[in-house]
This record gives sequence, structure tokens and C-alpha cells, in this order.
Amino acid sequence: MSLVEIESFTLDVQVVEASARVIHEVSFKLEAGQSIGIVGESGSGKSLTLRAIAGLSPENSVVGGKISFQGEEVSAMDRERLMQYRSSQVAMIFQDPRSAINPVRKVGDFLTENVVTNLGWSKSDAKTKAIEVLTEVGISNPEKQLKAFPSELSGGMLQRVMIASNLLCQPDLLLADEPTTALDVTTQSSVMALIDQLRLSRGMAMIFVSHNLELATAVCDKILVMYAGRIVELLPAENLREKSRHPYTRALLDARPRLDGRQNRLNAIPGQPASGLEWTQGCTFAARCAFAQDICRSEVPVLRKIQESDVACHRADEIDWDVS
Amino acid sequence: MRRYLWRRIGLGALTIVATTMLVHLALYLAPGDPIGYLLNGQPATPERIAALRAQYNLDEPFFTRYVSWITGVFQGDLGTSAAFNADVSTLIASRFQTTMYLVLISFVFISVFGLTLGILAGLHKGGIDSFSMATATILSSIPAFVGSFILINVFALQLGWFPAIGGGDGSLSSAISHMTLPAIALAFSAGAFVARTTRASIRVESASEHVVTATVRGIPRNKVVSRHIVRNALLPVISLGGLLFVGLIVSTAFVEQAFAINGIGGLLVVAARQQDFALVQAITLILVISFVVVNLAVDVLYWILDPRIRSEVA
Repeated sequence: MSLVEIESFTLDVQVVEASARVIHEVSFKLEAGQSIGIVGESGSGKSLTLRAIAGLSPENSVVGGKISFQGEEVSAMDRERLMQYRSSQVAMIFQDPRSAINPVRKVGDFLTENVVTNLGWSKSDAKTKAIEVLTEVGISNPEKQLKAFPSELSGGMLQRVMIASNLLCQPDLLLADEPTTALDVTTQSSVMALIDQLRLSRGMAMIFVSHNLELATAVCDKILVMYAGRIVELLPAENLREKSRHPYTRALLDARPRLDGRQNRLNAIPGQPASGLEWTQGCTFAARCAFAQDICRSEVPVLRKIQESDVACHRADEIDWDVS
Repeated sequence: MRRYLWRRIGLGALTIVATTMLVHLALYLAPGDPIGYLLNGQPATPERIAALRAQYNLDEPFFTRYVSWITGVFQGDLGTSAAFNADVSTLIASRFQTTMYLVLISFVFISVFGLTLGILAGLHKGGIDSFSMATATILSSIPAFVGSFILINVFALQLGWFPAIGGGDGSLSSAISHMTLPAIALAFSAGAFVARTTRASIRVESASEHVVTATVRGIPRNKVVSRHIVRNALLPVISLGGLLFVGLIVSTAFVEQAFAINGIGGLLVVAARQQDFALVQAITLILVISFVVVNLAVDVLYWILDPRIRSEVA
């Protein structure tokens, strides 16, 4: 049994009178202790998928398919079970800690809220543990920081507090929603290193949503590329650079700035990113794809296994990527 | 905190001086004077007019007048009312208490009614929301004096639950029974305003990411609502409350008229109409002081409730 099993997950949102599908048949598995990075442009459904695992879906939306945690379907959990699941088995780190932490309550209250309210810890126990985890995430003078308000801490510090709060309850799964995007570059790497180290030392599984391909390959075992609400490619992280096969993955890789040598222009992917809302007959990426043929415009490609990757592209095995 | 408080107090004092000076200037520049009223039918001989002018300090230049007035204020002397031919402090003291009762009781109604409707509407979508907001809209469109007549008719005349007119004998219990209806009349539009603001504020807070954080950490909904939504959403409502409170003192004029209550609002109308300088000045002073004091209280409350202010000032 996998830790997380997602089978044909779909999400329909109510737009005015009509309902529109924004996530199409997403399926993947995550084993205990493993990490998956979900990458893709804005609007590709990364965050929606991530939040659905925690049982969160936007208002006026309908979830289809099956999301199971340790074999138990999340949507079938009753209120109490869902709260228990959220408070002790999954943890989430958000993009901007400043908006994800209540600004009018003390850091200490934030840290201990879950364990005191839900897990029945005593306040003094929670405080002792909170000081421990704050030290562990590299915050100096933790006792003083417990009494501080979020506005007195820097973004990087706050993200560490956020991480620390998730360590208290020892979750099995960490959901990280672009946890370093809102931080400045130097803080980014130290926060990411911290997440990676804590995750490995505790054997937590992680789903890491990011725009940053490099970062995702560095900290994840597998990479899942999403486009317009669909998985287009799923492959081992170490294969991303040289063995990825989907034209979209390739285009993403190509759009990164190069570190070796000067580049006058970044290679942007032509056209606008499609969202899951946009209905197309064939492959959603066909309109922006340099390799699109008739079949791409008429038939939706399904994921198929090519060597170690799962690729949703009609032409994945024909295109010869010249990786140098 | 101390520095912040002193700065606020200093600003408040400055506000009081500037406002009273402005009102003084306005009265000084306004055409006509209360001489005609003061003569009260006596023959208008130049000597008599001069004597009255001297008695009421009407013959001095603006600045001298202001200085002698403000010196008097510090000595507890608010001057003599030309219209009532009585000591202004005595005139105001009893009326001020009456008006304060009215305003305070009204404020309780506004808070209870506005916050309840606003929080309910903010937290629930659909039926409860539409109902609460419709109620607020209807109530806010009833002017205080119209509301007064409806309330007097139904609850005083038909049902006889409350006295129809008068301000009571000054005791708290009689004040409550006399002031309930006028306080409700006064509370309609302000209460609806509070309801709308609270609702909007609750909606904003409910959609904020820290609420998602709390939810995803498995915090029970009722605790999410009390700790993370309502607590935060009330901050902007508090500053609105401060503004409304002062506005209420002024709006009492209508309601006091309708319920024949002897209060400050009614007194101000009479005083202004008869160019009773001393009385207008004194009432303005009271309004400005209330304004400053209430705002100071709001600032202090904010200091306590919103840590962001603290780190901004520090």
C-alpha cells in the first residue's frame, strides 16, 4: 500500500452556471518517505492537486476520482477523522509565511495551536517541544521568539517557524506549496536545505510544488510535470535533464536561463499557458508545440511508459532529443 | 507604548485647540450677534447695548476673546449663556449625562445588532446572508426621526412597554427605561453600517491564507472562526466604532427632539440658532474632547489587539 494513491483525480469548478473541469484524470502514487516534485506553469493545477490531498478543495467545486492516504479515501473521512488526519498525518508549508500565519497571534501560539488544541498536549509540554523544534530549524533565542509576533520576524525566519510547527506533530507527509518562492534567493537555499534535511532525517514523504525545476530535481525522487490540469510526464528526478521526453518538459527546461555562457534572450515557450478550463480536442499543449501533428490536435494523448518515464505525448518515442 | 501614548495625547490636545479656535472664528465672523436676543424687548439704547457687549465679551478682538475663553475653561468657567441667561457649566452638566446615557445605550444596541448580523452574514452564504443584509438595508434606510415615531407609536403608545417621552430622573434604571426606544432609533443606521463592515471584514478574513493554514492543521471550525476569523476581522470594525460613537453624540439632536429629551444635541441646535456663543463653544468643546478621547481609546485598543501597530511604531 502506498502512502498516497491518487487515481483519476478530477476537479470541476462551477463557473457562473456551467461547470468546468480544471484537473483531468490525475493519477500517481507516493510511497512512504519518498518525495515527488510537481512542476508546471501557473494554472496547471499543481496547487489544487496538492491541496486536495489535504482534503481542501475550492468552494463550488466537485472532486472526482480517488485520493487515498494509507489506503483510506480522504473524501470518505468524516469530520472528526479529517481533522485528526490533518492535525497529525499531513502537514503543509505555504508559499508566503507572512500571509499563512495569523499576524495578530504570537509565534508561540501558532506553533503550539495544533498540538494543544487537537492532540491534547499540555501547554508547558508544547512550549518545551516548541523551543526544541525552533532550535532545530535554526532559530536562535527560541524562548524570546515564542513571545514575538509574526511581524517582528523576517520572511525566512517565519518560514522556519512554519516548518517547525509541522515538525511538532510528526506527520508522515509534508505538502510544500512553493515554500521558497516568496523568500529572497539566499534565504531560499537555506530554507530548502532545511526542509530536505528534516524530511530525510524523519523519513517524511513530501510533495513539493514548484516553478523551479532545479530545486525540484535537487530535493525530489520523482518529477511530475503538469500542464493545463493534466500530467504530461512523470519521471525519476535524475532523468529530467537528459531523458525527459515530453515537448513541454523540454520547453520548460529550455526556458531556464543558462549558467554557462551568455544568452541574449531566454527561450520562452510560444503562446499563452493554457489552463485546465480550456477545452481542446487533442493534446492541450498542441497549440504551443513545435512537433504537433494532426493526431495531436484530434486525440488526447494518454500517459504511457517509455523506459523509466510516463509520458503523455503521441510522438514521445519519435522525437529524438539531442541532449548535449 | 508610553511614547506612542504621549504622542497621541499631544495630537489630541492640538486637535482640541485647533477646533475650538476654528469654531470661535466661525462665530466671530458670522453675521449678527445675540444682542437683539439679549435686549429681550428692552429699548435698544447705545448704553444698554454697550453694557451687554461688555458683559458677554462681545466687544473684544478675536484673539483676546479666545484666550480669555480658554483661560476660563481651564478654571472651570465656561461662561454665561446669553439665550438661557444661566451658567453654561450648569446648563450642560445634567444634559451631558442624559446624552451620554442615550449614546452609550445606543452604542450597546449598535454593537450587539451590528456585530451579530455582520458575523452571521459573513460566515454563512446564502439565506442567512441575504436575510441579514436585507434587514440591515431596510433598517439603515429609516432616518432616526422616522424610526423614533414608529417606535413611540408601537412600543410606547400601543404596547406601553416604555415611556414615550422624557429623559428620566437621572438614575440608571430610569435612564434605561427612558432611553431604550430613543437609543434603538439612533442605532438603526449606524448598526446597519457596522453590520455591513463586519460582514465585509469577515469575508476578507475568511478567505485569507492563515485561515487555510489553520484549517489544514485540523483546527476545529469553531476555533478557526473565533481565533482566526472573528478576532482579526473585528480590528477594522473597532476603528469604525470609534468614529460612529462620536457621530452618535451629534445625531442625538433628532432623537432628543422626537422623544422630548433634554440633551446636548437639542441644546446645540438651540444655541446655534440663537448665536449663543458661550453655549456653542462649550458644546463644541465637549464634542471635540469626546472625539479625542474616543479616538485615543481606539488607538490604545489597537495597540493591545494588533501587534503589527506595535512593531511599526517601535
